[in-house]
Amino acid sequence: MLRSRVGASFLFGGSTGPLIGLLLLCFFLSFTTESFFSLRNFVNILDQITVLGILAVGMTFVILIGGIDLSVGSILALCGMVMGYFAKELGWSMEAAIAVGLLASALAGLVSGSLIAFFRVPAFIATLAMMSAARGLANMVSDGHQIISFPAWFNLMAVIRYGGILTITVGIMLAVFVICWAYLKFTSGGRSLYAIGGNAEVARLAGIKVKLHTVGVYVFAAVLSGVAGVLLGARLDSVQPQAGVSYELDAIAAVVIGGTSLSGGTGSLVGTIIGVLIIGVLRNGLNLLGVSPFMQQVVIGLVIALAVSIEALKKK
Amino acid sequence: MTTERKPILTLRQIRKSFGPTEVLHGIDLEVYPGEVVALLGENGAGKSTTSNIIAGGFHQSSGEMTWMGETYSPNSPREAINSGLVLIHQELRLLEHLSIAENVFIGRWPSKGGFVSRREMEQRAQAQIERLGLNISASTLVRGLSTANQQLIEIAKALALNAKLLILDEPTAALGGAETELLFKQIERLKADGVGIIYISHRLEEIRKVADRLVVMRDGNTVENFDTGDVPIRTIVESMVGRDLNQMFPAIPVPKDEICIEVKNLSSPNGTFHDISFSVKKGEIFGIAGLIGAGRTEMVRAITGADPIAAGQVFLHGKDITPKTPTSSIENGVVLVPEDRKLQGLVLDHSIEDNIAYANLSTISKFGFIRPGSIKKYAAAGIARFGVKGSGGQNAGEMSGGNQQKVILAKWLAKDPKVVVLDEPTRGIDVGARSSIYEIIVELANKGIAVIVVSSDLEEVLGISNRIMVMAEGKMTGILDRDKANDVSVMELATAFG
Repeated sequence: MLRSRVGASFLFGGSTGPLIGLLLLCFFLSFTTESFFSLRNFVNILDQITVLGILAVGMTFVILIGGIDLSVGSILALCGMVMGYFAKELGWSMEAAIAVGLLASALAGLVSGSLIAFFRVPAFIATLAMMSAARGLANMVSDGHQIISFPAWFNLMAVIRYGGILTITVGIMLAVFVICWAYLKFTSGGRSLYAIGGNAEVARLAGIKVKLHTVGVYVFAAVLSGVAGVLLGARLDSVQPQAGVSYELDAIAAVVIGGTSLSGGTGSLVGTIIGVLIIGVLRNGLNLLGVSPFMQQVVIGLVIALAVSIEALKKK
Repeated sequence: MTTERKPILTLRQIRKSFGPTEVLHGIDLEVYPGEVVALLGENGAGKSTTSNIIAGGFHQSSGEMTWMGETYSPNSPREAINSGLVLIHQELRLLEHLSIAENVFIGRWPSKGGFVSRREMEQRAQAQIERLGLNISASTLVRGLSTANQQLIEIAKALALNAKLLILDEPTAALGGAETELLFKQIERLKADGVGIIYISHRLEEIRKVADRLVVMRDGNTVENFDTGDVPIRTIVESMVGRDLNQMFPAIPVPKDEICIEVKNLSSPNGTFHDISFSVKKGEIFGIAGLIGAGRTEMVRAITGADPIAAGQVFLHGKDITPKTPTSSIENGVVLVPEDRKLQGLVLDHSIEDNIAYANLSTISKFGFIRPGSIKKYAAAGIARFGVKGSGGQNAGEMSGGNQQKVILAKWLAKDPKVVVLDEPTRGIDVGARSSIYEIIVELANKGIAVIVVSSDLEEVLGISNRIMVMAEGKMTGILDRDKANDVSVMELATAFG
C-alpha cells in the first residue's frame, strides 16, 4: 500500500512505524487539548527540540557505524564554557569565541574517536571517559560558575522569528537535518558508514577506510554537540558547566525510537527526526495536559520500550 | 536393510510450504540405528528444510514422522533434543570463552543446590570427549582449539544429551584431510553405539567413504536411493542435477607469456607463512593447495593487504606494490574474494545492490555524491553478468551460498581487476553452482587476469589450475605444472613437513 507511493517510501522508507506513531500522537493531542493544534504551538515545539535534534543527528551517525557516544552532553557544556570564556573573559569577538568552542568540541571528538579506532577501546568506555573529562574541563573553565550576557544578536538568534516562524536556531537545526540526510543517502561517505556498521571487516576488505571514517564520525558528533551547546547558550543567553547533563540519553532514545538499530548498519536520519519529534511532541503535549514532569519521564520510558519492542516484533 | 531391524526415524510424505510456495513435495526417509544416511542434493533441493523439520526448527505442512516407533511431531528444537535428535549446524555454535565442559553442558550444567558442580561437569564432559577419542582436558577453553576439535566438541555436546540421531550439516566444510579422517573415525564409533546419522555434505568423495546409504534430493523430492555408499561420483552428481554432466571443469585457457604478479620472499609477522616466492602470468590460473593451517589463507590475505607483511615484496608488472592496506591493493587492481562469505564477504542484512556498491563507491559516485538510482543501475549489470538469482533489493543473507559467491564476484569484478585472489571459492556451494563459478574463473583468465585460487578441494585445484603451488606449515614445498600434478604428487608435497 505505502510501497506504491514512491515519494513517501523515498522519504520515510523503513520509518513508517514511528511516523504512524507520531501522527497518532498529534491526532490524539489535537482533540484532547485546546492549544496543541496551532501554528504557535508547533513553532514552540521546534524551538524546544533544537538542542536534542542536533545531538540526535550526531548520535545517528555514531550508532549507524555500530558505536555509541555518551559524551555529547558534556561536550555541549564544554563548548559553551570555552565560548563563554573567550567571549567574556578574554574579550574575543563572539564569532571567534564560537569558533574556538567548536574547535574544542572537535578535539574532544578526535580524542575519543582515536581511542576507539586506533587503540581499540570500546566506544562505550572511550566516550564514558570523555563524558567525565569534558564535564570536568567545562567546570574548570569558570571554576563551576555560569557565564552570562553575550552580545544582543547572539540571544536574538533564538528569539526573532523570521516570517513569524523561523528563528535562526531552528533554521540551523533544519539545515543540519537536510544536509546530514542527503549525506547519508547520496554520498559515498554516507553509504560507507552503513557498510562499516553492517560488518566492519567486509567494509575494510572492500577498501573502505574504516578507521578514518570512525574517527570522522566521532569528531562530527562532537562538533554537532558543540553546535547544540552554542544554540543552547543563545536561547538562555548564558552558559553553564552543568548544561546538557543526561542529554546523551535523550539523544540515544530519539535515535532508537526512530528505528536505528544499536547494533549498527541499519536505520535512517528521517527515523531519528521522527524520534526527536515524538519526544518533543510528547513532552509538549503532556505539559499541555498538565501531567507532572515525573510522570512524563515514566511515559517517555514506556514509549522507548514500546517503539523498540514493535520494531523487534516486526523483524520476526 | 534387513527386516528385523526397525528404523528409529521415519518420514512419510512430508510436505512443507512457506506461504504459497511448496518447497517439499512429499519426502520419504528412514534412518536405522547405527547407520549413516547421506542426504545429497544441490542447494535449494530441500535438505536443510527436511533436517530442520526433523530437528524441530520448522513444522511440516502435512505428512507424518515416527521416532522410535511412535508418532513424532516436535514443536521446538528443544523438544527434538529432549527426544534425542540433534542437528549440528554447519557454523559452529560454541562459546569460545568458556571451557569445553561448560560448552558440552550448556544450559544444563550439573548442579547441586543451585551451584554448578564444576567437578562433576568436567568429569562427565571428559568421559564424553574421550568417547570421541579426543585427548584434551575438559577444562580447556574452546578458543584456540582446531576447527576439527571444535566440531567434535559439538558432537560431544549432542552425545551428552543422549542423542540417538545426529544430523551433521556439512561437518567437514572447514576441515582438512587429516581432520576429516579423524572425524570419520569417531563416526564409526558412534555407529557401533547404535547412533543413527544423517550426513549432509557437498564433498562427494568423502560421502563414498562414510555413508552406508545415499538419498538424493532434487527440487523438494527424494529422487533416488542407493543402498550403498559406494556409488560413482558421476552417477551421484547426475542424479543430483538431473542431467548429464559432460564436464565438471571447463577447458582452461593457455596463459600469456607476460608475468603479471610476482611475490618475492614474503613472510608474515607471526610465522604463519615464511619466505614465499612465486609469480603468476597474465591469464594464468594459479592454484594453491595444502592442508588446513598451511598458511595459504594468511599468505593470500597478505598479498591483498588484508593482513600485515613482515618481509618481502609484491610486484605487479615489475612495479613494487607491496600493500599496507586493502585500499592500496584494490587501487592497484589486486582483489581478494575472501574465504568466509558471511564474515568477510558480505553484509548479510544489507541488500545485494548495496553489497555490490560497497567496493565500488568511488566509481559510482561523482565528487562523492551518488545519484538516486545509480547504485541500482550499477548493481544490475553485475547481477546480470554473473547470473545471480534474485532481485537487487533482496538481502544478501537470504540467498544460497552459490548466489552469495556470485554477488561477491560481481562486487569485485565490476572494477576490471588485474589479479583476482579467490580463497576457497566453492566452499559450501553445491555442484551445479560450482561449475558456474569455474566458468567465471576461466572467463577471468581468458580476459588476461591472473587468477589465484586457494582450495582445500583437491579435485578442484587439479581441475582448474594451470600450475599448483603446494604449501606445508607455512613454507612452499613445490610448484607443479598441470600435467605433472595429481592427487598423490600434491598430497606428498602438502605433507612434506620439516
